[in-house]
Amino acid sequence: MENTNIGHHISGQFNRELEDVRNHVLTMGGLVEEQIELAIRAFVSSDVELAEQVIKQDNQIDDLEMALDKECTQIMALRQPTAFDLRLLIAILKIINELERVGDLAEHIAKMAIHRSDIEGNKNDSYHEIRHMADLVKAMLHDALDAFARMNIERVPEITGKDDNVDREYASIIRQQITYMMEDPRNITRTLNVLWTVRSLERIGDHACNICEHLVYMIKGEDVRHLSREELERKVKG
Amino acid sequence: MATEHVRTHAIDMNSILRGRDKNSGQNEICIKVENLNLHYGQKQALHNISMDILKQRVTAYIGPSGCGKSTLLRCINRMNDLVDSARIDGKILLDNENIYDKSVNVAALRRRVGMVFQKPNPFPKSIFENVAYGLRIQGINDKRTLDETVEEALKGAALWDEVKDRLNDNALGLSGGQQQRLVIARAIAIEPEVLLLDEPASALDPISTLKIEELINELKEKYTIVIVTHNMQQAARVSDYTAFMYMGELIEIGNTNQLFTNPKKKQTEDYITGRYG
Repeated sequence: MENTNIGHHISGQFNRELEDVRNHVLTMGGLVEEQIELAIRAFVSSDVELAEQVIKQDNQIDDLEMALDKECTQIMALRQPTAFDLRLLIAILKIINELERVGDLAEHIAKMAIHRSDIEGNKNDSYHEIRHMADLVKAMLHDALDAFARMNIERVPEITGKDDNVDREYASIIRQQITYMMEDPRNITRTLNVLWTVRSLERIGDHACNICEHLVYMIKGEDVRHLSREELERKVKG
Repeated sequence: MATEHVRTHAIDMNSILRGRDKNSGQNEICIKVENLNLHYGQKQALHNISMDILKQRVTAYIGPSGCGKSTLLRCINRMNDLVDSARIDGKILLDNENIYDKSVNVAALRRRVGMVFQKPNPFPKSIFENVAYGLRIQGINDKRTLDETVEEALKGAALWDEVKDRLNDNALGLSGGQQQRLVIARAIAIEPEVLLLDEPASALDPISTLKIEELINELKEKYTIVIVTHNMQQAARVSDYTAFMYMGELIEIGNTNQLFTNPKKKQTEDYITGRYG
């Protein structure tokens, strides 16, 4: 039974509680997206101050995760939700966990930015390959959160499909960095920073895919984790 | 030692993966309802109901007031025969025998299909005599048989430990929860096949309610149970199968786990999530 309607409970208070928790997830998602953007900007432009801001802001994401955990637990204890309401809360508990991990990865990129600045100074390398990969995963996460906001999983196969592009980009950057290392061992430190950063970006793409899977569970009641892409697409459309 | 971390006994992966699927094992049909219609005078209360009720499983009927769930329950032991204006067509097969067949002895049917109501209704007699009543009207008066059966039934209804020292006290002196379990003991003393429970816990406090629910779980080892309840969480807790009824129609019947996490029909979803349709 497909239902995407948070409201229309006889209890208006319950409607408001679910609406609140949904909005808080979107707030958390927005903050996480911003963190990725700022972290990448800090890395690319060796901006230590910006990187420190990202590290500091990660606390907010952690706090939001804990607050949302509590909100969902309370609703479950007091309202005994069933069917779509239950799946919504279960999916939210998992989604905020993914978002928190993405926040940590952004923080990790920010730390790499500081590290990079320590060894390279304020050298403004364009790092356009990182920029490009970051844009890809940011779009994936944004679309996943957008699907959550609209409670619409039509675009899920398209979003998870983009992970292939991310993986290709990741593999190509690794090959390129290996070449740099072989050319001159003095490049190794710089290269490692790049590798750690793209690794984090690649993981963010995976978390965006996981969020999509939780959304399918929420809307369809089907557990689509660990399925092939074709099977996932069939479940979404079926 | 490094090997300390190695598991020394195999874990039963299958039992974990199966999950709490209540409905594994054999599924034998006990009661088959076929195209059942019921009219009270001009008003049709049940519309073409068909469903299978499985042996030694708990089936719960849920739905808003007046949806026909109690009416349907009462059809299973022909309690509606007592209502003059009620007219029934269709079949209810109990072990492949139509209980509405003319040859059926209604008293014998009700011995096979026991019933417990919302309000406990013990007789104004001793605890012992309440439970022994069904046997006495069958002509069984042998003291040893009665003693044994009463003890068995009271144990079966999880009441024995609370009343064993005062079996001769008046049953009306028991608490509401105890009275309800006494009535269940009276119903199972004559060893029916099916137990119909019409809101058995709705007049009880939460602890007595939990005791009744626990009892239902034990009773299904021996009996096929059909329960009507207003309390959806109770249906979710005690039943293996749940049927959602609305305006005299069976909207959906399914595995309780599935019905409460992912119902197939929108009307079911709206009802169990507390939405107005």
